[in-house]
Amino acid sequence: MQVEQISVFLENKSGRLSEVTGILAETGINIRALALADTSDFGVLRLIVDDNEKAVSALKNNGFTVGKTDVVAVEVADRPGGLHEILEMLKKNDINVEYMYAYVRNSGQNAIMIFRFDNVPAAIDLLSSQGFTIIGGSRLYTM
Amino acid sequence: MIYNMEYETMPREALEAIQLRRLQTTVERVYANVEFYRGKFQQARISPADIRSLDDLKRLPFTTKQDLRDNYPFGMFAVPMDHVVRIHASSGTTGQPTVVGYTARDIQTWAGLMARSLMAGGATRGDIIHNAYGYGLFTGGLGVHYGAEMLGASVIPVSGGNTRRQVMIMKDFGPTIITATPSYTLHLAEVCEEMGVSFKDLKFRHGIFGAEPWSETMRAEIERKLNLVAVDIYGLSEVMGPGVAIECKEAKKGLHIFEDHFIPEIIDPDTLEPLPYGEVGELVFTTVTKEAFPVIRYRTRDICSLNPEPCICGRTHVRMSRVTGRSDDMLIIRGVNVFPSQIESVLMDTQGVTPHYQLIVDREGPLDVLTVRVEVSEKMFSDEVKRLQAVEKTISKSIKELLGVSAKVKLVEPKGITRSEGKAVRVVDNRKL
Ligand SMILES: [Zn+2]
Repeated sequence: MQVEQISVFLENKSGRLSEVTGILAETGINIRALALADTSDFGVLRLIVDDNEKAVSALKNNGFTVGKTDVVAVEVADRPGGLHEILEMLKKNDINVEYMYAYVRNSGQNAIMIFRFDNVPAAIDLLSSQGFTIIGGSRLYTM
Repeated sequence: MIYNMEYETMPREALEAIQLRRLQTTVERVYANVEFYRGKFQQARISPADIRSLDDLKRLPFTTKQDLRDNYPFGMFAVPMDHVVRIHASSGTTGQPTVVGYTARDIQTWAGLMARSLMAGGATRGDIIHNAYGYGLFTGGLGVHYGAEMLGASVIPVSGGNTRRQVMIMKDFGPTIITATPSYTLHLAEVCEEMGVSFKDLKFRHGIFGAEPWSETMRAEIERKLNLVAVDIYGLSEVMGPGVAIECKEAKKGLHIFEDHFIPEIIDPDTLEPLPYGEVGELVFTTVTKEAFPVIRYRTRDICSLNPEPCICGRTHVRMSRVTGRSDDMLIIRGVNVFPSQIESVLMDTQGVTPHYQLIVDREGPLDVLTVRVEVSEKMFSDEVKRLQAVEKTISKSIKELLGVSAKVKLVEPKGITRSEGKAVRVVDNRKL
């Protein structure tokens, strides 16, 4: 049920982010979600794309350090408090969220959030048992 | 087996008596025959008669590579040219090359020391030696060659290059010993693989590798790929050539320096004071038997330490550690000597890999500030910022613990460090002193 995310190491200097998006555009890869975490020295770019293999090899060939991580895509009710409910429930059950960001969907009503958990299987078990909708990789890219 | 049992296992006291006698003779000879040394000794107000004990060696002035260049080509020779039977020269990557000469007796001495070295590395009379060191002005090829012949082994003077032909010779002639630089050896292994030749089917048992710095990791790789036991050999043309020091195959832990011919010292490259056994500093050699080209306290610029502990092989000669760097690269940060190679081993120990790195020194007010830039490898990388920050902290903490200096560690992108002609620029010193 998990989704594979790729991450890229970036130095904090201007133009690096557009370098990455440029390489992906040239390779014909569609970026579906993106989040940048940065410090004063460096940043980590996290990406959900429609072809991980192609994206990773294109970025590596251009000299970037690239990693892959499993994350979880969850449907969140599109109303006030929708996200809060999930976070409260996770907290109560001691599931730690390392970070999260929004996924851009083309259709449908509910929002989709990408979660990075330290314990992915436990988080998936809990979310499913509580009736949340988890979206797997192949379905995610079509949404 | 030990080639020269008498000298290689001589008790220290007897060895030191021989060293003193030979040192006195050498000092007298250079004073009488080499204008450069006579001038330097007079400047230091010291005469050959002042050398009464080995301890007096430290009163003699140092000799540097620049001194050799200033006396290019034959100014440092201590015999007339009609006594010189061989000339070698070091490749001068910057400036003038240095030229060295040998008398017939020097060639004999050198061959004897190379025979000792080959035997310490596992070679004996019946072996076939594949000698892939370059023949020519470089001392490597001919140095090994004469030693192999003196040992009574069969030597194949294959020299460097034409790697596919070398593989054919290795298959057809069945050499049992290989002598080469570690980097060429790994290249040879690659070509073998391309040609479908397995080292398991070749007859190699031992390899003697040197002429460039290498690491324990490389030793493990060479031993695994070539299916043999690998030892390190050390030498430099200014002192003699290969065969100044050799690792014994029994311990593979440091290189025995042939102290009946060379007196080693370790000095602090900054204060030039001799350092006690065990401390890391610059290696300095005085030759005590060479006729044509003796050197007095020659600064090698190589960084290592000396270990006087007895060795399981039975040799009594002191062991030098692997050369870990060059003193030209030394930085003094807040009074502490820092070698890039030390930072490199911290990175190796904490990260399990040796990434490209660069040391940047700035002066902020009265303080030196050291920044270590490290290229992020896939092994170190994480999608979590806090883990990357933890990597920076771990490296910084180890540097503080092991070297005693505070350093700010900064992760950078691969290729983020300037390369100059393919080599990473290791040190950027921005201090205006
Ligand atoms: Zn030994």
